[in-house]
Amino acid sequence: MADYLEKVSPYCFKISKSYKKGMRVPGVIYADEELFLLAEADKALEQVVNVAFLPGIVKASFAMPDIHWGYGFPIGGVAATDAKDGFISPGGVGFDISCGVRLLRTNLLACETRPLLKNLVHELSRNIPKGVGRHGKIKLSPNEMRELLATGISWVLKRGYAWDEDGVCIEEKGCLDGASPDKVSKRAIERGHNQLGTLGSGNHFVEIQEVVDVFDKQVAEVFGIFKGQLVVMIHSGSRGLGHQVCSDYIKVMDKVAKRLGLELPDRQLACAPISSAEGKSYYAAMACAANYAMANRQVLTYWTRQSFETIFKKSAKELDMNLLYDVSHNLAKFEDHLVDGKSMRVCIHRKGATRAFGPNLLPKESPYYTIGQPVIIPGDMGRASYILVGTRESENEAFSSTCHGAGRVMSRSEAKRKIGVEQLKKELAEKGVVVEAGHLSLLVEEAPEAYKDVSRVVDVCDGAGLSRKVAKLKPLGVLKG
Amino acid sequence: MTKAKRFDILEHTADIGLVAYGRNLEEVFENAAEGMFSLIMDIDKVGDSFSCELRVESEDKEGLLVEWLNELLYISEVNEIILKMFKITYLEKDRFLTAKVYGEKVDLNRHQIKTEIKACTYHELKIKKDKVWRAQVIFDI
Repeated sequence: MADYLEKVSPYCFKISKSYKKGMRVPGVIYADEELFLLAEADKALEQVVNVAFLPGIVKASFAMPDIHWGYGFPIGGVAATDAKDGFISPGGVGFDISCGVRLLRTNLLACETRPLLKNLVHELSRNIPKGVGRHGKIKLSPNEMRELLATGISWVLKRGYAWDEDGVCIEEKGCLDGASPDKVSKRAIERGHNQLGTLGSGNHFVEIQEVVDVFDKQVAEVFGIFKGQLVVMIHSGSRGLGHQVCSDYIKVMDKVAKRLGLELPDRQLACAPISSAEGKSYYAAMACAANYAMANRQVLTYWTRQSFETIFKKSAKELDMNLLYDVSHNLAKFEDHLVDGKSMRVCIHRKGATRAFGPNLLPKESPYYTIGQPVIIPGDMGRASYILVGTRESENEAFSSTCHGAGRVMSRSEAKRKIGVEQLKKELAEKGVVVEAGHLSLLVEEAPEAYKDVSRVVDVCDGAGLSRKVAKLKPLGVLKG
Repeated sequence: MTKAKRFDILEHTADIGLVAYGRNLEEVFENAAEGMFSLIMDIDKVGDSFSCELRVESEDKEGLLVEWLNELLYISEVNEIILKMFKITYLEKDRFLTAKVYGEKVDLNRHQIKTEIKACTYHELKIKKDKVWRAQVIFDI
């Protein structure tokens, strides 16, 4: 590959489209030297190349600085296809459709809450269903499911799990257009009907954090963020419903790809024309799963606010527990972007990447319209997480996209071999981090050492102009799936 | 053959995979299923009070393997059970199969979860026959 690789700027590498026959566009990787070496070490770069084969892909197959080996798409991959005659690929979204993060503010000072931290994490643990395959406290009828899938946040609001002002601080205002429950299989609905408001397992979490650094005072003020503040980050997705939607449609797309004789380097990249019956059905079902995921994070927010009320003996409103923002990092969406100087409607796949709109791109009623979209970046449970803001210039880079987290560097089995549960608990205790987990044995897979340093990842995003740093957050209390 | 290796774990940065072995396709499918559930849980401690029969279709043997494993994940999640024993009762021209599978209701007091598998992917999916059959799959975790 070396002969086809070019470093185009301190934070950007390009793989020429002549590297492999069949690439329709070049590959572009945002990274510094060290992060690039990490991407080179596994199969992530080959996957960037594979994505460049997608019919209708425009500009480039992009990779964010937290790129690592995935399945089909790399994690950290961004690909836009022409909405008119391009293709859509369920593998470009993944199984956890609309997996994402949100951040809740509070008016509490972290230093004042320390004595109550343990109780708080325990209360969250008691209140929030978590762990593998766990069902939740809410059970929905088929009709309720249909309404939820079609309307997303509106349904949650009607049921009293949301505040009126939450909706405008969610990507797409908490409901993706074009969601059609008819396109979601019975099986997917069956898997989802009792999992709303559950965290799941793996890397999903609720984390109590302290704002330890503010880099951009002006933006932080608009975001309602200040040094020393206690905030809550929630990371979860569409649960079994999303997994089933993806499995169902990869099977469909696999047949389409065969029928059309598409030459794809990886079967997981199976795709269909956006305008075909199969492409439209997938989008309509995926939008339902996204609505479910956003509703899921909203119900988790409801239990979180409730837990704070119990511990601090004040209402969540009094505690100013407003939603800063909710953004997905596994999603395909239609957006207008500049391609070769002209505005083009594209279907943009973000697989382990976050939308990061700069000023004037959010809906006018958004409190962040003039300043840009908040981007929430979870790191690992020992080091840090970040709040970023979208930039103007990132429109000209990777379609207003940025990273989604730290990115794994160590496989789960390697983490299990190298790190003991007791050692990890001790390490976290020394750092003052309180942890509760659905399955202790799974905790080591999420050890800080298993991840790249998120600070390095966001520095590259900042340096490359994909998004700008606003604040740094330190973990205090962690609830893991 | 009873002592022959049934499967190996495959390392992946974010996810996990396995290579299953067998004297015939039926056996390799059964071993892949056992491998998958032993990633999820220590299945030695799982009983067999639950059983069900199922049928899976696909257009080729690789697709059939993915559909088979995803079907088992679906059964496991909606019934909140963990599966441990798999018997392929019929497999035709690599295109469809019927099977009977056994397991037990999950009881977190007795069963320790090792990992959650979201789905079986088509990424780097391979089935081939050398001395024995070999099937490779990667899971999304």
